[in-house]
Amino acid sequence: MIRVDHISKAFEGRTVLDDVSVTFETGKTNLIIGKSGSGKTVLMKCAVGLHKVDSGDVWYDDTNFTQLDFEALKAIRRNVGMIFQGGALLDSSTVTENIRLPLDMFTDQSEAEKAERVRFCLERVHLEDAGHLYPAELSGGMIKRAAIARAIVLNPTYLFCDEPNSGLDPQTAIVIDNLIHEITHEYGITTIINTHDMNSVMEIGERITFIYEGKKWWEGTKETIISADNKELNDFVFASAMARSLKARG
Amino acid sequence: MLKLLEQIGRYFMLLGKVFSRPEKGGIYLRRTVFEMDALGLNSIGLTAIISFFIGAVITLQMSINLESSFIPRMLIGYATRETMILEFSSTVVALILAGKVGSSIASEIGTMRITEQIDALEIMGVNSASYLILPKIIATVLFFPFLTIFSILIGIAGGYIITIATGIMIPDDYIAGIQSDFKPYSVTYTLIKMGVFAFIISSLSAYFGYKPKGNSLEVGEASTQAVVSCSIAIMIFNLILTQLLLI
Repeated sequence: MIRVDHISKAFEGRTVLDDVSVTFETGKTNLIIGKSGSGKTVLMKCAVGLHKVDSGDVWYDDTNFTQLDFEALKAIRRNVGMIFQGGALLDSSTVTENIRLPLDMFTDQSEAEKAERVRFCLERVHLEDAGHLYPAELSGGMIKRAAIARAIVLNPTYLFCDEPNSGLDPQTAIVIDNLIHEITHEYGITTIINTHDMNSVMEIGERITFIYEGKKWWEGTKETIISADNKELNDFVFASAMARSLKARG
Repeated sequence: MLKLLEQIGRYFMLLGKVFSRPEKGGIYLRRTVFEMDALGLNSIGLTAIISFFIGAVITLQMSINLESSFIPRMLIGYATRETMILEFSSTVVALILAGKVGSSIASEIGTMRITEQIDALEIMGVNSASYLILPKIIATVLFFPFLTIFSILIGIAGGYIITIATGIMIPDDYIAGIQSDFKPYSVTYTLIKMGVFAFIISSLSAYFGYKPKGNSLEVGEASTQAVVSCSIAIMIFNLILTQLLLI
């Protein structure tokens, strides 16, 4: 479980997050949704420690993450996997080398054990034949899948996904969503997904937090989001003509 | 002035992160060998071409300007050798490498920053500064002095070939010149200088590359800043080291 507790963050005097408190539950896909510029990426980066919060705390189970020193932070980060919007695979390394890197850095496994673990992760994301390729040789969907493989190679307890299906066609986006959802349940991971894709929300939104102008505006599930009585949320959810027509049909 | 002090402070803070204990020595060793190839071996061609022509031009210039029956012709070889050893093969080659290697390091790390590859390393728990920068520093500090020696040899050879090609002087006089009054300490001095310059090029360029937060324009700017700053720092340290080591 990850709990952000009354966190605020400002950049050059402009408040981006204002007293936000959210609990992200273990074994569930926790979605952060909101318009572009609403503060959802900053919330995720604060939760993962890429931004330092101005006030408030971030708790990883019973550990206050915001109070940790560099070494303790490094130790907890070995339990964290993150999938970045653009994949963030190392350009100079092949897919296999990218996935292997955390094993090389933080485990004492033999070469055979590492190779087996990499093979397993590649198979898990259906990239068995792409291990030798460089990121520049991969499609958008393959990059995301390779990033997922790298994120899960150390069996993380916490998984962060920053817009995992942005820039993908709808079918590939669903594949990525389902993959993340399966992994979350399979390994009992606390997964936090930052998205503005309503398909993702309706597919895998077990816990949903709606951020509006830097504040937590609404919280619920994919079952309750449709019937929520919240103007800003409804404007966001039913922004497309297709969503509006589906709502009109009931 | 305050901004400069802030930059210097940030540079030393980054160096503090770079020189913290590596997580896995073996990985750093592999990366160092990789960087030696990328930053060192790949610079041999450029160094060779420039050194050859500069050696040849120095010999021609000396030959034209020392045209006197009172000056022994062997001095041309001597002057070419001394120029190559004392200044060209360390300082001028370092300036050239600041352009080639410095901009390459700054743009590589800058691109990794804006495409979140550095964030990805940090999230994994990897000390990104040490992982990315330390191998580059070690590789350049170890390899660039070899480029200096290589440059000296190629430059002197360039001078010799031009004496044969143009007949501007008797090649045997040139050979006698490059053998006369040789002080091994000059080579030590130039290698020390190149070691320091290599550190400046790799660490300063990496510092500028590590900074960008936004877009590709910032990466380009970082690359330019890296080359300019390295060039100025090389000139300043050339003066300081010459004062300390030769006078």
